Amino acid sequence: MASAIGRRRTRVAWGFLGPSVLGMLVFFVFPLVMTVYYSFTSFDLSNPPRWNSFANWKFLFGGDPLIGQATFNTLWFVAILVPVRIAGAMLVAWALTRARTASGALRTLYYLPALIPPVASTIAFVFLLNPATGPVNKLLGAVGIEGPGWFTSPAWAKPSLVLLGLWVLGDIMIIFLAALLDVPVEQYEAAELDGANGAQRFRHITIPNMAPVLMFSLITGIIAALQYFTEPAVASSTAMGKAAVGEGASGMLGWPDQSTLTYGQLLYQKAFGANLFGYASAMAVVLFVAAGVVTAVLLRRFSSFTPEVAA
Amino acid sequence: MRTRTRIVIPALVAAVAVGTAACGGSSGGGGPTAAASAPPTVSGTIEFWHFFTDREATVIQGVVDDFEKANPGVKVVVKSGQDDQKMRQAISAGQPIDVALSYSTDQVGPLCSSGDFTDLTPFIERDKVDLTQIPKTVLGYTAYAGKRCSMPALADVYGLYYNKDLLSAAGYTQPPKTLSELSDMAVKLTKYNADGSIKQLGFMPLLGYYENAEAHWGPSADAQWLKEDGTSAIGSSPGWQTLLTWQKDLIERLGGYAKLAKFQAALGEEFSAQNDFQTGRVAMNLDGEYRTAFIADQAPKLSYGTAPFPSAQGFESTYGGGYITGNIVGIGKGSKNPEAAWAFIKYLTTDTDAQVKLANGLKNVPTTHDAITSPQLQLPEQFKTFLDIFENEHSSTTPPSSIGAEYQTIFGTHTAKWQQGKVADLPGMLKQVDSEIDAAVKLQAGS
Repeated sequence: MASAIGRRRTRVAWGFLGPSVLGMLVFFVFPLVMTVYYSFTSFDLSNPPRWNSFANWKFLFGGDPLIGQATFNTLWFVAILVPVRIAGAMLVAWALTRARTASGALRTLYYLPALIPPVASTIAFVFLLNPATGPVNKLLGAVGIEGPGWFTSPAWAKPSLVLLGLWVLGDIMIIFLAALLDVPVEQYEAAELDGANGAQRFRHITIPNMAPVLMFSLITGIIAALQYFTEPAVASSTAMGKAAVGEGASGMLGWPDQSTLTYGQLLYQKAFGANLFGYASAMAVVLFVAAGVVTAVLLRRFSSFTPEVAA
Repeated sequence: MRTRTRIVIPALVAAVAVGTAACGGSSGGGGPTAAASAPPTVSGTIEFWHFFTDREATVIQGVVDDFEKANPGVKVVVKSGQDDQKMRQAISAGQPIDVALSYSTDQVGPLCSSGDFTDLTPFIERDKVDLTQIPKTVLGYTAYAGKRCSMPALADVYGLYYNKDLLSAAGYTQPPKTLSELSDMAVKLTKYNADGSIKQLGFMPLLGYYENAEAHWGPSADAQWLKEDGTSAIGSSPGWQTLLTWQKDLIERLGGYAKLAKFQAALGEEFSAQNDFQTGRVAMNLDGEYRTAFIADQAPKLSYGTAPFPSAQGFESTYGGGYITGNIVGIGKGSKNPEAAWAFIKYLTTDTDAQVKLANGLKNVPTTHDAITSPQLQLPEQFKTFLDIFENEHSSTTPPSSIGAEYQTIFGTHTAKWQQGKVADLPGMLKQVDSEIDAAVKLQAGS
């Protein structure tokens, strides 16, 4: 009897799980397996894939002249853009919890840029930072500072994208704000009675309470940075004077001088520009493994992310 | 654990097997074929994908309507605004796209070799289509490895635009015919602000500025891209060294890379009224024939002329030619109605009235000789230059390749460093370009 009930429960469970498991198999496992397979083939999307053993992998680790630059740029964004955005969002969220008046209006104001589609916000930002006609350099010029070339300068293009990332930090900021408001006030009061100063309260009360949210932002931020594509692509084409992405876009990716060429962009260029879908698949496998390893390491390092510990 | 392994491994093998069969596409053979004799009338429905939108899509629709009127049994279902990549994936997956119009000649190689676009030769030979109406260069970029899988719909042709008022003020009555004349005139036409920055530029020598591209400069020095076996010819083609040396010299004469890069950073958006040539910021510019339509719309008072792009020293005899590219159209491998699809393609690409109507509407160059010489062409006086360039024997294009436009992209990554002065050994750089292109070709070939 008990086993009959158990079997029935199992069937019901599979009934509920079935659609999502099927979806996972069709839209995740199958493409993943195929991508690994294609990485050992020469494939142009149209002709049947031809087995070429490790040729793509050899090219990836020793033949592609741009892979080093694209990897460096991507890691640069992971190392700079992600922490800067998290720190900026934390600062703004903390400041907003201190606002005595117009807090609702201020929250809306800081969140609004995050609502703008990335293409539109990037185009707007490139115009704001136009070295000759943009208001930013005009303001700098008014106080005697010669503004940099921003998106048109190989040295400044990446920092310009960080500024853009800071401008649209509302998505993280709103989560941090909710988490900050959720920290029990009595913990701060107890710490204050124990003589803890502001920095100590932040380190020992705010940070541990926000650990799950910080971890979520860090992991999603790193994965997004590893796949960074739209903003640098639009910035390159707009700064070149061609406010369009699509037709012949692969020729503009990375401009100026490959300074903003990301790993994801190179992957796209190799697949759809060069018809090297097998090689692009090898690149995609590496990206997937890198994202998986980073996530696993972070989850292990910050075990407080698990609900049991957080609770 | 053993049970899981037993299940997982066959599942993965099955997934790869199914995926290979499902996603692999088909090579060469199969697909739609021509009937032994041309049917007296065509009928049925055909699906037509193209990339045009808004006003341009309306022009295309006008020609579709004419075709339907002439062939009352045929209904053309138009899917406008389709990106090339999306279209290619759909055709590759076997979607029944009868007629596909692409903006890029760079995809001709894979489209032809894979059979995604049907070989049109049987249709062309059966219907005795006169291909001598189309220039050799254009025939070249619409076929790959001897297989004609596409026809040219319209062409883009590149030449030199010059501001008559600015040239006249500097004492010039004619545009330059050689690159050294272009350099001298560019230097004389360039004016500087008090702080040394450029106020008005005679000609911008930096690649990446608007339509300044290696491909568009190439015909001036008969510079070659690929050898017959598909490997790179860049290092062994003397034209590239000539062009890049000329460019470097002009950059120096105009004040150096940094000064020009600063000027470039303030450029107006290419397809807006703020385009540097239209505002007079630049006196001479390389551009396509379509610029005439933008000028008529956005800067109608601009006094300008057009001419073939100047030729390099030692290549003076090539003057009159230029870079040509264009739209291509073919029959998708999943077409259910190839005869009606071919009838539509034939109408679109060889019917003089249709070509003229498209050219008048889209302000592009028609691709048949009869259409080019048609009195019905209603195009501005400056447009005639591009018709002449189109039919000039020295005009050339970027050849179709198995790696698409990758060979141009690779070259571009090196010329970007060259123009900044970061490369001392030009022949060495060009050899490196060769080796990188050849490696990509080899990888694509599966070796």
